[in-house]
Amino acid sequence: MNADKIFKLALYTAGLFIALLLALAFASLLYNSFPAIKQLGWHFLAGKEWNPVTEKFSAVPFAAGTLLTSILALLISLPFSLAIALFLSEYYPEGFAGRAINYMTDLLAGIPSVIFGFWGLFFLVPLVRKLEIKFGVLPYGAGIFTASLVLAVMIIPYTSSISREVMKVVPRDLKEAAYALGATKYEVIKKVILPCAASGISAGILLSFGRALGETMAVTMVIGNSNFLPKNIFSPSNTIASVIANEFTEATKNIHLSALIELGLLLFIITFAVNLAGHFIIKKLAVNGKNNI
Amino acid sequence: MENKILEIKNFYAGFGKKWILRNINLAIYKNKVTAVMGPSGCGKTTLVRCINRLHEISPQAVYKGDILLDEKSIFSVQPVKLRRKVGMVFQRPNPFPAMNIYDNVISGYILNGIKLSRREKDRIVEESLKRAYLWKEVKNELFKKGTFLSGGQQQRLCIARALAVEPEILLMDEPASALDPTATLKIEELIQGLKKKYTIIIVTHNMQQAARISDYTAFLMLGELVEYDETNRMFTRPSKKVTEDYITGRFG
Repeated sequence: MNADKIFKLALYTAGLFIALLLALAFASLLYNSFPAIKQLGWHFLAGKEWNPVTEKFSAVPFAAGTLLTSILALLISLPFSLAIALFLSEYYPEGFAGRAINYMTDLLAGIPSVIFGFWGLFFLVPLVRKLEIKFGVLPYGAGIFTASLVLAVMIIPYTSSISREVMKVVPRDLKEAAYALGATKYEVIKKVILPCAASGISAGILLSFGRALGETMAVTMVIGNSNFLPKNIFSPSNTIASVIANEFTEATKNIHLSALIELGLLLFIITFAVNLAGHFIIKKLAVNGKNNI
Repeated sequence: MENKILEIKNFYAGFGKKWILRNINLAIYKNKVTAVMGPSGCGKTTLVRCINRLHEISPQAVYKGDILLDEKSIFSVQPVKLRRKVGMVFQRPNPFPAMNIYDNVISGYILNGIKLSRREKDRIVEESLKRAYLWKEVKNELFKKGTFLSGGQQQRLCIARALAVEPEILLMDEPASALDPTATLKIEELIQGLKKKYTIIIVTHNMQQAARISDYTAFLMLGELVEYDETNRMFTRPSKKVTEDYITGRFG
């Protein structure tokens, strides 16, 4: 065997190993959640109650908590992410201001999530409590809204960097054509850049969504840890990830543990699907982009 | 006596600390075709991009001197307003990919948020496409995407788009360089027809093209205006040795 073949084999093995790892993770989740799947059946996806004492286990309150916090976080972060992306791609692509903002958004992605949790707990919780008193709802402070705020800040770097990249690849030709027809910068952004970048931006949103769904530490610290179906966006709740983190150590019964693992399986499937969709859109965009050029 | 529409006076333009154009003095005459030619990198494109102030949107763009349109400095009007009087056609056809042919033609109005009645729109679309010699080919598929057209048709669509906003001057930056000979011929014919109504400034590195279609020719080299004269005279009796060398193909 020559060196070329050995190298190729090594690469194949490494690639295969990753695929195997993913398959095994999925398989072990499936295997360990089997007792719960067998005992709970469809009740796991249909019921409303999660009570380890009475052995009622339903994923619905956590699925609701997860989706609510993630979607809310996306909505809150989107205007900021787009603004940052436009700032960096259209207004200050070079120079000190652009570079500084660019570094800072990237740094935001590097902050450990427990620190975001602390910041949420000591800064946002009291703030949200004041807001809740004003609105006349029970002032828990911790809850879905607070978790969404923390998550929103955490996903800004992801949405903004992907949006920035797709805005940068909007062909210069098109922007100049619009300028040459007498369009203002705002009109160029609104009618040329955003429509051209739309599918890329939505892919960025999906990938950030995938990340928000699985975020554990920061959310666990500020969501209020309640196992009931949330009544409104200020209700304390739990996400799939946060309930696993909270209850894993105290799950003494086999069925409790197995139900938690089944929750993990559910989260795995959801995030996998969301990420897959995001990558699919990006891939399609890359092909279309080539056709345009 | 010819009518001056545009006058470039002691004009410099460049990026950062580097001047690409130096001390350009040039008068453009109304309803004439003026060709700007010269070897690559001589500043032809930069010159026309200054006339509609598109040069300024590039980072680090700088300029000094003045350009007068109808005896008024273009730097005293808003770029947005200037660009509606000075249309531009680019080197590569660039119709808006998300718009159909119809919307591409009136995109100048769409982009500027100007509302038109259906009848006005129809009229502008038909008239502009006719002026760009494209009407017959596309009148039955106005609502198809413009990117399905051939390269030459796309370029004529871009010309129609520029004409739709009724400019006085049409800048063309090597409009035929990405096209095959047949499409090029069509564009050249079109330019001849357009000069009745518009003043055309066309950048070309193709001397035969300049000789064929233009009334006046400006010859630029290394950022300076070497010679500017009526095309006939320049191609038969150039006053400078460099011009003669260039047009006889000794370099460039």
